[in-house]
Amino acid sequence: MSLDKAAVAKVANLARIRIEEKDLEPMAAELNNILGWVEQLGEVDTDNVEPMTSVADMRLRWRADAVTDGGYVEDVVANAPSREDGFFAVPKVIE
Amino acid sequence: MGMIIQGATGDWEVVIGLEIHAQVTSKSKLFSGASAEYGAEPNSQVSFVDAAMPGMLPVINEMAVEQAVRTGLGLNAKINKFSVFDRKNYFFPDLPQGYQISQYLQPIVGEGKILIDLKDGETREIGITRLHLEQDAGKSLHDQHPSQTFIDLNRCGVPLMEIVSEPDMRSPEEAAVYVKKIRSIVRYLGTCDGNMEEGSMRADVNVSVRKPGDEFGTRCELKNINSVRFMQQAIIYEANRQVDILEAGGTVDQETRLYDPVKGETRSMRSKEEAQDYRYFPDPDLLPLEFDGAFIERIRETLPELPDPKKARFIKDLGLSPYDAGVLVAEKEVADYFEAVAEGRDAKLAANWVIGELFGHLNRTSKSLGESPVAAPALGELLDLISDGTISNRIAKEVFEEMFDTGKMAGAIVEEKGLKQVSDTGAIEAAIDAVIAANPDKAAEYKSGKDKLFGFFMGQVMKATQGKANPGVVTEILKPKLDA
Amino acid sequence: MSDLTKLSIAAARDGLKAGDFSARELTAAHITAMAASKPLNAFITETPEVAVDAATASDARRARGEAGKLEGIPLAIKDLFCTKDVLTTAASHILDGFNPRYESTVTSNLWAEGAVMLGKANLDEFAMGSSNETSYYGNVVNPWRRQGDNRDLVPGGSSGGSASAVASFSAMGATGTDTGGSIRQPASFTGIVGMKPTYGRCSRWGVVAFASSLDQPGPMARSVRDTAIMLEAMAGFDPKDSTSVNMPVPNFEAALTGDIRGLKIGIPKEYRLEGMSEEIGALWQQGIDWMKAAGAEIIDISLPHTKYALPAYYIIAPAEASSNLARYDGVRFGLRVEGKDMNDMYASTRGEGFGAEVKRRLLIGTYALSAGYYDAYYLKAQKVRSRIAEDFKQAYLSVDAILTPTAPSAAFGFGEKGDDPLEMYLNDVFTVPASLAGLPGISVPAGLSKDGLPLGLQLLGRPFDEETVFRAAGVLEEAAAFTAVPADWWRG
Repeated sequence: MSLDKAAVAKVANLARIRIEEKDLEPMAAELNNILGWVEQLGEVDTDNVEPMTSVADMRLRWRADAVTDGGYVEDVVANAPSREDGFFAVPKVIE
Repeated sequence: MGMIIQGATGDWEVVIGLEIHAQVTSKSKLFSGASAEYGAEPNSQVSFVDAAMPGMLPVINEMAVEQAVRTGLGLNAKINKFSVFDRKNYFFPDLPQGYQISQYLQPIVGEGKILIDLKDGETREIGITRLHLEQDAGKSLHDQHPSQTFIDLNRCGVPLMEIVSEPDMRSPEEAAVYVKKIRSIVRYLGTCDGNMEEGSMRADVNVSVRKPGDEFGTRCELKNINSVRFMQQAIIYEANRQVDILEAGGTVDQETRLYDPVKGETRSMRSKEEAQDYRYFPDPDLLPLEFDGAFIERIRETLPELPDPKKARFIKDLGLSPYDAGVLVAEKEVADYFEAVAEGRDAKLAANWVIGELFGHLNRTSKSLGESPVAAPALGELLDLISDGTISNRIAKEVFEEMFDTGKMAGAIVEEKGLKQVSDTGAIEAAIDAVIAANPDKAAEYKSGKDKLFGFFMGQVMKATQGKANPGVVTEILKPKLDA
Repeated sequence: MSDLTKLSIAAARDGLKAGDFSARELTAAHITAMAASKPLNAFITETPEVAVDAATASDARRARGEAGKLEGIPLAIKDLFCTKDVLTTAASHILDGFNPRYESTVTSNLWAEGAVMLGKANLDEFAMGSSNETSYYGNVVNPWRRQGDNRDLVPGGSSGGSASAVASFSAMGATGTDTGGSIRQPASFTGIVGMKPTYGRCSRWGVVAFASSLDQPGPMARSVRDTAIMLEAMAGFDPKDSTSVNMPVPNFEAALTGDIRGLKIGIPKEYRLEGMSEEIGALWQQGIDWMKAAGAEIIDISLPHTKYALPAYYIIAPAEASSNLARYDGVRFGLRVEGKDMNDMYASTRGEGFGAEVKRRLLIGTYALSAGYYDAYYLKAQKVRSRIAEDFKQAYLSVDAILTPTAPSAAFGFGEKGDDPLEMYLNDVFTVPASLAGLPGISVPAGLSKDGLPLGLQLLGRPFDEETVFRAAGVLEEAAAFTAVPADWWRG
């Protein structure tokens, strides 16, 4: 599997990271270098092997249903680059 | 009956499947301790976890797990003791994490089925594909500012159950009945309040068309539907749109379409959809969700009687008609109200009064049952007064009117207005005698064979007694006197 | 008064207790040292006022007879830990101006035990790097230099600022985080001790996430005992982290008995890399000999899938990161670069906000999870990870701990491994396998390279058996008797 320029542009768009046109080709080369190296995983027999789902040998803990958090609008929006009346503000979204 | 669209090339059948998003009834959010209540000040019910601040981590709400299992049991579905939370990755300003925690390959509830009752008395089975838990997103407000969108994260992280049906429905009506049935079940279970206006129940509708007997056609997913009426309109519009495309020799693109209730049409969301690749993978901040059979059984033991068994019992044990039983079980509040009224009384009488008088008055005054001025014990008392002969059915309706307007109890009204039915033969006899004496010519006509005049005398006597005379007793005494 | 910064945490604890000096004095000495260490660029944010206030409060507590485990001890905090109202950057442009309104669990635990924060330590951007060359705030410099050479060297990464601060005596200890070796490798490069606990031992709540299934906070200090003291204060069950394990925290310091007689120590043959430098091989052998001399039983073991740990790691970590870092979107905190619409704003913000290495990993991770490639990359890597974890499980049936080198080389110069990311990734070859398996590991300085640079040996243990790791590390430390310190050229 090898990534071309267009594929890099597509992945960059998925990741919402601007990559300048001139940088696509070198980025493709860098990614292909890494992916080529990763190909060696194919040598490992993983038939009937479950993927690792949890690192620690434990069960998911559940929390009791109680309101224990929230109620601090100021803290929530304190770091916002743009805000208005307790809302976060972003450029108009057209749906 | 399915909906058939008659096209130029023949009949087309509509195939419908639904994804219902139902907000889990809980105090707090799926993965944070912030309140899940509706309608607070912007961002006031948001924790650092909901706002996806750096380093914040999810911890699951046990109530959400319980409610999902309870709903699964109510849908006669397979409960999965092992399920997995995945991240669904996409960028949107009201999705702070940049992913929604959902369940993709291994949902908490698997296949199930429910029955829906159609108008013609037919019952249909609709398959449930799965139910999974997921987070709701926040809210974008576009109309507060000319060039900005405002983001409120209060809903962000609220627990949702997504209930996915099989493509088993064939008409907008069936889809509507299905949605109402799901709504009824979750409300019985107490797992969702079913409030579509506040958005605690929303539906995405998958619509395709085909020639009867053919393979399924390509489907479109219709989003942004927040009422049953809009859903039906959207299905009709969409099905016709697809038929038009196909008959013109085109093909339907599988896509997500937005329903516009103002224009009454659906439109493509393709621009947003174009680069969509959700990159699902198990959320590494969470472990798989696991529980044992005992947990499921504990929940099963607390399940209430659901609408289908309740309806069957109303028909079989209480002797109600299937129609009345269906009306009474549709809403849990109604069924509870009815059962409280019918307890120890004539069930049919109770059903008539609830469906006829009570519903009539509620409709006329646009009140919900919860707002009814006449509580179940009050209506019960009124029925008792009818049954023991204290008042007639006709007087009872007057009394009910008064109860509904003033909230007073039936006994008090009867007492206050002196509406007690008179069964004292002496008083009735005196009234009859006076009426006959005052109308000698009519009495003579009756005797000569004009039987219809009996009603006239009956009416005069009731009038003379202000309607309080027991009609049975009046008949009993009046007849021999006129015949004499 | 002798130089208080040269004390160990254990010695400072005793000195404070005896009243030989106050927390204010101890902190003042470190604030001076921190200021003098500016050429090392170990700190992104220095917080001397916060430190003085905390030290004053500490002295007051001690006067009342209330002293925590780290009462009055000045520490550096890796700038990946969110600290309330103190700039937290993850060494990234994208977190410009971010002042958290909350405190991470680990740092809360430290403050509850009386510790004093000197400042926020520099690191590789979002902890992605092995040389601390990817920080938006500039390279961190290793206090060590090659003998007869005055060129700057890297401190390792990603906890390079923490390592440099501790090695330069600016801080008595520091918090680090280890995802694939980010505590152990810089510890090895700077001649200090770095401990990565078992995954789940320290809470990740409030630590800027890189790869959730791998990230684990841990202590860095100048002795095994000091890291044991620190870990005891940092660790503990946290109900706010679903992967935090509900287990009592042992008295780690008490585990340092100095007795490893009969302890079975495994030597994995797969760690003997082809072309491994002779001095690393020799140091490893030296370590084996020391352990044997102390009464341990040395057992040759095999961890057959070792070779595949790095490529698996470089799929899993970027994949998780690609999702974890999606929240840096310019909406709620940090940098925003305006655009003509939302997507433009996202792409501009993230294009400008992330550095080259972070972007590279986010693209790899996004690709590894994307439709059509998930099975071949992410799923495959997670299956290989299962096999690696299974290798360790098998090994621990016959051994109690495993001894390996920490890194394949000593510290190197800036730009020496710049061109090929793969060459940089190889730095983590010995540390990554235990990270994938979630196991505890420690790096202990064990000797000097021929250039006079420190080299570390790594000890790995069973899950939640940090005590054995500390015990063996204590013996190794004593045998190695590593007393070398860097010449303090930076004080100029």
